[in-house]
Amino acid sequence: MGTLKSGIYFLQGSEACAEAAIMVGCRFFAGYPITPATEIAEHMAKRLPQIGGIAIQMEDEIASIGAVIGASWAGAKGMTATSGPGFSLMQESIGYAFMTETPCVIVDVQRAGPSTGQATKCGQGDVMQSRWGTHGDYSAVVLSPNSVQEMFDLTVRAFNLAEKYRTPVVLLSDEVTAHMRERVVIPPIKKVEIINRKKPKRGDKAFFGLEEVPPMPSVGEGFNVAVTGSTHNEYGIRFTADPLVHRKLVERLNGKIQNHIGEIADVESYKIDDCQIGIVSYGCTSRAIYDVIEAAETKGVKVGYVRLKTLWPFPDEIIKKLAETANKIIVPEMNLRQIFYEVKRAAEGQAQVIPMNKIGGGELITPEELLDKILEEAKKGND
Amino acid sequence: MTEAFSVKQYLRDLKLPFCPGCGAFTVINAFLKAVYESGYTDLSKFVFCSGIGCSSWIPSPYFKADSIHTLHGRSIPVATGVKLMRPNLNVVVFGGDGDIVGIGLSHFIHAARRNLDVLVIMVNNMIYGMTGGQVAPTTPFKTKTTTTPYGSFEHPLDAAKLAVTAGANYAARWTTAHQNELKEAVKKALEMKGFRFIEVVSQCPTAFGRRAGFKDAGEMVRWFKVNSITIKQTKNLNEEDIAKKIVVGEFIQKRRPTLIETIYNTIKEAQKTEEN
Amino acid sequence: MVLAGQILGKAAAYNGKNVVQTQSYGAEARGTTAKSEVIISEDKIGFPIVRKCDILIAMSQEALEKNIEDLKEGGTLLIDTSMVKNIPKANAKIYTAPATEIAEKSFGQKIYANMVVLGALNKLTKVVSEEAIEKAIKDIFPEIVALTNLQAYKKGKGTVKLYRKN
Repeated sequence: MGTLKSGIYFLQGSEACAEAAIMVGCRFFAGYPITPATEIAEHMAKRLPQIGGIAIQMEDEIASIGAVIGASWAGAKGMTATSGPGFSLMQESIGYAFMTETPCVIVDVQRAGPSTGQATKCGQGDVMQSRWGTHGDYSAVVLSPNSVQEMFDLTVRAFNLAEKYRTPVVLLSDEVTAHMRERVVIPPIKKVEIINRKKPKRGDKAFFGLEEVPPMPSVGEGFNVAVTGSTHNEYGIRFTADPLVHRKLVERLNGKIQNHIGEIADVESYKIDDCQIGIVSYGCTSRAIYDVIEAAETKGVKVGYVRLKTLWPFPDEIIKKLAETANKIIVPEMNLRQIFYEVKRAAEGQAQVIPMNKIGGGELITPEELLDKILEEAKKGND
Repeated sequence: MTEAFSVKQYLRDLKLPFCPGCGAFTVINAFLKAVYESGYTDLSKFVFCSGIGCSSWIPSPYFKADSIHTLHGRSIPVATGVKLMRPNLNVVVFGGDGDIVGIGLSHFIHAARRNLDVLVIMVNNMIYGMTGGQVAPTTPFKTKTTTTPYGSFEHPLDAAKLAVTAGANYAARWTTAHQNELKEAVKKALEMKGFRFIEVVSQCPTAFGRRAGFKDAGEMVRWFKVNSITIKQTKNLNEEDIAKKIVVGEFIQKRRPTLIETIYNTIKEAQKTEEN
Repeated sequence: MVLAGQILGKAAAYNGKNVVQTQSYGAEARGTTAKSEVIISEDKIGFPIVRKCDILIAMSQEALEKNIEDLKEGGTLLIDTSMVKNIPKANAKIYTAPATEIAEKSFGQKIYANMVVLGALNKLTKVVSEEAIEKAIKDIFPEIVALTNLQAYKKGKGTVKLYRKN
């Protein structure tokens, strides 16, 4: 068996993620067991050897992402999968991958934290960690699937963005989305867009600058590439004190993400130009929206929404548009306010931004609760 | 070999960053001479991984080769990914004692257990040199360092013995006073497979030597020479006396199946099962 | 139980329906009550978790008591009478099948009760086609046990009885 044949499947979110990785060319997986992400490691361990790839269980999450980074410099597309505690351990290495422009994909299947928290229960508490978890000036690329189909589609996209921009990409999933099973349409591999990193030409020497996204050699190809997480010039030579070299490098690294928000940030939106109440949501929490729009309309409340398929970089523009139309924007999250502040910032006071939060026991915000909130806020009018 | 050996053929045209008298110069010489005598006229068949610390700067970016200068303690995990995807390259890890058996200790043990096909050269200067001389897991008992101003109250780790216990195919310890033995050990290790570990006890005149009462680097190296005993010589000594010495020699040399062999065999088997 | 939910879900997907299946366990890895939820719809499925179900299948007394309040008024309740002795008063159409007993007697192992009850369910509701469920059983189980599971499923179709209508 090679990559999954096209057709209709009934897959678990984790399986869809693993199969997408394989389809887009991932041939290296390293991970460490952790609930609720273990199924991804198990599926990769079964499937990768069948197609000549390598899956290995490392001694911890730090080693896992380290091995993925090594495999990436050996020319492979690599992935690791974890949950909150492991994601915390990986933060230093995510910064390293960013600084060294190493494409790789990290799946974080969120559970309820902090600390060990409720290991088997869903949460959305890693949103800010995925943005700011590593130290220093950093720009994250973080995708947020809300269905098994998107566990497939956004895993493909995560690899493509990682390869195109030479940067680590996080697939920020959650326990519900990774564990549920749904009908999935798998396209024929020829129809799947697959982006591979730009390779250098013979004689090229600048693998860390000159261009916004420089070409990336693999080890063993004769380029004598010097990779370092310390500040370095275009040629990979360390400059541990020079202010200009640091500025130039770190501004380019951030710029290559921030200058392309239009392309990277992807949203699903509905009636943002004709609504009274707006909703900004993502991941499993966003599933409730689909069930409340009609019910709210029959009660005379027009609802529009923005569903964030990309959390970072944050799509300010569309939130601004929503804020121009809606009087109020509700932000339901399974945490104690994270993306809420970002929405508030982007709304620039044009709309009242209202948090709606629920944590514990893996309980999702239900459509009934969301509808009640919408009707309550519509009734209250503006403060 | 027509031309005579010169380290320059393997080095980029950059000034090495080490303090005068640093043991790193000796390690670079011995390693590259071993590479030369093993018939490699360049480093194109090598990948070097290192962590953070003075010794991690040995290959990066000074060797004219592919080098990955990773995070503190994480050179071995990165080397694991490199080797698994590029099994035909010689993957060599350079690091200090703090990097390899301090912060990175669990990776070291697990790589030896897996018998990962890499050569790890640990330059053991018994101190955290780059940060100015703090106690290391290898610092001798009662040594004064900046973080043990009254003398270290912990006992040091025997990294070479640990490598043996964990399952390495090769483990040896020499000092910078044993340049020829060190070179020969590297040559032997380069011909072997699996996890190979060479510990080089080395002088840090700046952060260790002065405080420990050594006049200069030369005096330290002479002390290494005088104070070293062979593994054989330890047979007649008690533990306490051995602890005062530097035990040098080869601790193990064997041919346990390596990770590259076992993992690629597993892939073959998985593919065979799939076909049936 | 969870596996039966997966088979039902798979069959629904083969029938071109939208379907989502979720599951939950107690904290321990095995041995506590497990719940499998399946939503099948012609339309796009929004919220993936069941709040009020049309059909509740109970395979233990404890599970029945924990979940009966989630059954819609006038919904369908299917009970494994080998495991549930106290049948509650409920505004529901109640059906019974001694699934575990049949599994043990006819197939030698309790684990086939899953498939017996799935047969009973599909006999009652015809929610998925026979072809789809056969394909799903064959896809999920290794060849060596697929046939027995299929037989258990078929046996289940003949065992379901109406217990009480509202």
